[in-house]
Amino acid sequence: MSPPPAAHTAGAAEPISATSTLAGSTCESAVVVEHLSKHFGDRVAYQDVSFEVGVGEVFGFLGPNGAGKTTTVRTLGTLITPSSGSATVAGIPLSPRNGPAIRSRISMMPESPGLYLRLTVLENLQCFAGLYTLDDVRRRIDRALGAVNLEDRAHDLCGSLSKGLRQRVALARALLNDPAVLFLDEPTSGLDPVATREVHELIASLRERGVTIFLTTHRLEEAERLCHRVAILNTTLRLIGRPDELREQLFRRSVEVRLRAPLSDPKSVLGALPEIEGWEPTPSGYTLTVTDPDLAAPALARALVGAGADILSIAESHHSLEDVYLELISEDVEAKSR
Amino acid sequence: MSASWRRVDAIVRKELRDYRRNRFVLGTMAAMPVLFITLPMIQLIAANATRNTAHLGLRIGLSLLYMLVIPVTMPSVLSAYSVVGEREQGTLEPVLTTPIRREEFLIAKALAAFVPTVVIAYAVFGVFLAAGALFAHPVIASAIYAGPHVLVQLLFTPLLAGWAIWVGIAVSTRSTDVRVAQQLSVLGSFPPLIIVALMSLNVIAESTALAIGLAATLLAFDLLGWRVVATMFDRERLVTGRGG
Repeated sequence: MSPPPAAHTAGAAEPISATSTLAGSTCESAVVVEHLSKHFGDRVAYQDVSFEVGVGEVFGFLGPNGAGKTTTVRTLGTLITPSSGSATVAGIPLSPRNGPAIRSRISMMPESPGLYLRLTVLENLQCFAGLYTLDDVRRRIDRALGAVNLEDRAHDLCGSLSKGLRQRVALARALLNDPAVLFLDEPTSGLDPVATREVHELIASLRERGVTIFLTTHRLEEAERLCHRVAILNTTLRLIGRPDELREQLFRRSVEVRLRAPLSDPKSVLGALPEIEGWEPTPSGYTLTVTDPDLAAPALARALVGAGADILSIAESHHSLEDVYLELISEDVEAKSR
Repeated sequence: MSASWRRVDAIVRKELRDYRRNRFVLGTMAAMPVLFITLPMIQLIAANATRNTAHLGLRIGLSLLYMLVIPVTMPSVLSAYSVVGEREQGTLEPVLTTPIRREEFLIAKALAAFVPTVVIAYAVFGVFLAAGALFAHPVIASAIYAGPHVLVQLLFTPLLAGWAIWVGIAVSTRSTDVRVAQQLSVLGSFPPLIIVALMSLNVIAESTALAIGLAATLLAFDLLGWRVVATMFDRERLVTGRGG
């Protein structure tokens, strides 16, 4: 995996928008979004969204249903006109006039594959090669089919393919024009685990080839596995950065201790250790907030043994991207209910 | 606008392939000519050649009118499907994410409905002329060729098809349901045919000036139709279902 571009995260506490630039990075930007907003009448689809995506980066765009992810992608793909703000996609300023130029340099794979089911795989790809006015069509089609391992299905009718295979054809279609930015909108939506894994492997192989990918998803493990950076959108951009940065930003480091029986006087044992900043009892022990788990764990073990406790386990707590996501979304839900 | 004919060609080829593999479309394309040539031919062969010229003219006019229903109804059904059908299938958005301009898309959709329609309508008319020459009474056969019937048929077939296509596509860009689009499209495609019918039935006095006027109006609409429909073609509304 190529090194991810430098990322700057915006604090979760930022009230309206979060921004992330690639300042300090040697990367060029494939996408630059500045204070972009879209309203449908009174309804806000997304508001004051700013971020950058580096060339060769896999950028995850997360958020709950109705958060504005697809609308943002459609805006960047020139299908929707923004209400305010500006953006540059593949080096071209976003404007209705530049629509065809931008669309010729990018590819978008919508959530639904949208294939012509009465046409063969080859005929579908020929049609789109024509729409992109590509030269050397046959070689490009062969290469795209090779990238998704579908060379032997070129003459199959798309209607006869499984959902997973159709998704792969749609991905091949999106690769035909060697896009500067590849937008994938929920590429594994509705797929079974095997087909999902196949699509993940394809995206991983594209990432290895340095293709810039803008991945919209609400599958958090997908984003964590595939993306260099992720942004969490819930109408406004809530957080942006590398998954590990987001975890650190949102959650204090902590250690989980499991004991056979609770301590009779936890304050005298845990409060005496300078590495421990606080603790909370759990059904099987304690969750300790620590400055550094590597320093805290040995001191903690000694103190617990000294206090006669039977230790079942001591382990650093790991927060997944899902924890980060749920924490942010629950904050939003609480804020709305107030 | 500089249209890319490669993009237009890509859509036209795709459409024609899709028609060929769609039993419903193919069946309609095959059944409609049979339906609309049977009655005129019966009328032609059974016509009484001894009746006066006006009566013969009316019979022939009616027969030809039947055949003008083909370039009106066939493309109106096809074009009504062109946008809303793709939208329902989920194939519209991938196409709109390519560099294709709306004018190219619309011209391609129009051509894909126009070409088979005109080919079929002319073929049916050719069969009618051949049948007339071979089986009808010589007086009737010569009456077909004597008046402006052949010219009117050749002229109005593509003009009516063009009208029906642009009306169909216009309805299709604004509709959210294929069935509604097809019904409205068929309804909207008939007004010019009604004028032709009134001329054929001598309700409106048939005159060269009126025929040329109607043809010129239809031609102007056909040539400018894509511009009118293009203003109705809103990518954002088509993709999101909401106005921009």
